[in-house]
Amino acid sequence: MTLEARVRVDLGTLAIDAAIDTDAGQTVVLLGPNGAGKTTVLRVLAGLRALDAGRVAVDGRVLDDPVAGLFTPTEQRPIGFVFQDYALFPHLSALENVAFGLRARGVGKGDARRRAAAWLDRVGVAASAGARPGSLSGGQAQRVALARALVLDPRVLLLDEPLAALDAGARIDTRRELRRHLAEHQGVRVVVTHDPVDAMTLGDRVVVLEAGHVVQAGPLDELRERPRSRYVADLVGVNLYRGRADGSRIRLPGQGDLVAAGHATGDVFAVVHPRAVALHRRQPEGTPRNVLAGSVEHLDVEGDRVRVIVGGAVPVTAEVTPAAVAELQLTAGAPVWASVKATEISVYPA
Amino acid sequence: MRRPPVAVVVLAALAIAFFAVPLVGLLQRAPWSELAGDLTDPVVRDALRLSLVCSVGATALAFVLGLPLAWVLARAQVPGRRFVRALVLLPMVLPPVVGGVALLLAFGRRGLVGQHLDQWFDVRLPFTTWGAILAEAFVAMPFFVIVVEAGLRSLDRRYEEAASALGAGRFTTFRRVVLPLIAPSLVAGAALTWARALGEFGATILFAGNLQGKTQTMPLAIYVELQTNLGGAIALSLVLLAVSIVVLVSLRDRWFPA
Repeated sequence: MTLEARVRVDLGTLAIDAAIDTDAGQTVVLLGPNGAGKTTVLRVLAGLRALDAGRVAVDGRVLDDPVAGLFTPTEQRPIGFVFQDYALFPHLSALENVAFGLRARGVGKGDARRRAAAWLDRVGVAASAGARPGSLSGGQAQRVALARALVLDPRVLLLDEPLAALDAGARIDTRRELRRHLAEHQGVRVVVTHDPVDAMTLGDRVVVLEAGHVVQAGPLDELRERPRSRYVADLVGVNLYRGRADGSRIRLPGQGDLVAAGHATGDVFAVVHPRAVALHRRQPEGTPRNVLAGSVEHLDVEGDRVRVIVGGAVPVTAEVTPAAVAELQLTAGAPVWASVKATEISVYPA
Repeated sequence: MRRPPVAVVVLAALAIAFFAVPLVGLLQRAPWSELAGDLTDPVVRDALRLSLVCSVGATALAFVLGLPLAWVLARAQVPGRRFVRALVLLPMVLPPVVGGVALLLAFGRRGLVGQHLDQWFDVRLPFTTWGAILAEAFVAMPFFVIVVEAGLRSLDRRYEEAASALGAGRFTTFRRVVLPLIAPSLVAGAALTWARALGEFGATILFAGNLQGKTQTMPLAIYVELQTNLGGAIALSLVLLAVSIVVLVSLRDRWFPA
C-alpha cells in the first residue's frame, strides 16, 4: 500500500506546496508550528478539501487530480480520519458511533454491533459502550474515535492532533496505546501534530512543514543529527548555525565565525549540542578553538539540568548542572564565555 | 438595589393589567358547565376538525418545502441569498389580509398561476380546504424556515465531515446525523408554525372564504359565532388559548429563557 501526494492549495494567506510519499507499515508524522498548513494537507488527503493543483493517489489509484478532472469524494475514499476533538456523534452511543461506518457501508446491524463491540474492547473502553460521547472522558473519547476509524480497516489512516485535546495525565497513557494501535494497523498512517514528543513517540518518519512548505523530511535520527531549520533545531534542542565554510572556518552572517574539524566549502549548517558547550566566568585559554563572549539571557531548568541561553555575537545555548550554575553564579545579565571544541561541531551542506 | 420610581411601577402595572384583564374576561365568561355541549355544536365541531386538518397540513407543507429551503439558505452558495431570505421573512411582517389578496391574485381562478391550474389541471384552490391550507402555510412557514435554518447554521460541520469520512453518502449523513442533531430546531419550528397556522385568520378568509366544514377554521368560526352563539365562540377561544399555553410552555426553555 502506498500513498503519493503532491498537495498544492492556496488558502489566500498561505500557499501550501507539500509532497508526502509513504508506504504501509510506517507512520509518517506531519510536524510543524501552528498555522503551517498541516491540517489542510490532511484534509486534502481525506477529500474534505479539493486540491488546487497536484495529485493524490493511493495504491496508484488517483483520488484527486484537478488537471485530469478527477475527484473522489470523501465517502468513497479508503480512509479513516480521527478529528482533533474527535467529532463523535453526540446523539449516538460509543458503540453506535463505532458501528456507524460499518452500517453506512452496508454491514447488517447485528454484525456491525458485534464488530464495533470487539473494537471497543480492543481499545479498552468496552465498559463505556452504551455511553454517549458527552459523558466520556477525553482519553475514552479518543479511544472511541480511534476505534471508529480502525473498525473499517482503512488503507490510509489519518489522525489530526490525536492527543492535543487531552490533559497531561491522560496524554502519556493514551500516547503509548496509540503507538501500539498504529503499529498494529496494516495500512498507511499519517499523523499531524505540533508536539515534538508526539512526533518522536509515534513517528517512524517525520515531515516538517513550515509556512506551507516541507523544510525537512526523513527518519527521526536524521532530524536530530542534521536539523535543517531553526524550528527543527529548537524542537530537538540543539544549536544550529548556517554559514559559509572555507576549510575549517565557518563564516556566520553578521560577525563571528566558528572553527570546526575537517574541511568543507560553500553553504553549510553547523550543529552544536548544548551538552558540548562549556561556560566560564573568565576568558578561557586552552584547546577549544571556539571561545564566544556574551552574557546570560535566561536560564531554563529542565529536570537535573539547566539550559543557559547566552546572547552575543554568536548566540549559543549550553546545558550544565544546577551545581555549576550555583558555583559560577550564573544569573541573567552575567557576562560569560562559552567554549566549544572544534571536534564537537558537526558540519553538513545546506 | 434602588427602588424603581413610582410612576414607572404604576405604568408597568398598567401594562400587566392590559395583558391580564382580557384573559380574565374570557375565563370569567366561560360557560364551564356547558363547555362540553358548546364544543359538540356542529359548527364548532366542524371548525375544530378543519383547524386540525389545515394547521397540520400547513405544518406538513412547511416540512416538505421549508426544510429544503432552510438547507439551501444555510448551506448552499446561492446568488441573492439575502434577497431570498427577505422574501421568506416578508409574510411574518406582512398583514395577513394583504397575503390573502396576493394569494388570490396569484392562485385565484383568474390569477397568474391559478388560471393555468384551472384550465390545464382542473384544479381550483380558492374556497377549498386546500386553499385554506395554502393560506395558512403562506403565513406560517417562515417560522419553520427561520428556526430550522438557524439550527443548521449552528450545527458543527465536522459531524458531517466525520460521517463522510466513515463512508456515509450525503443522504445517509443527512438522515442519520443532520436530522437527529437539528431535531430540537425541527420541533420548535414545527410548533411555532403549527401555532401560527392554527390562529391564521386574514389570509384564510380572503383566499379560502368562510365555508362551514370546508374552509371555516376556528378563528373564522369564532368571528361568526360571536354574533349568534357566544358560548361557542368562547369555547373555541378557550381551546385556542389552551393550545397557545401548551406551545409556550413546551418551548419556553428554547425561545423564552427566564
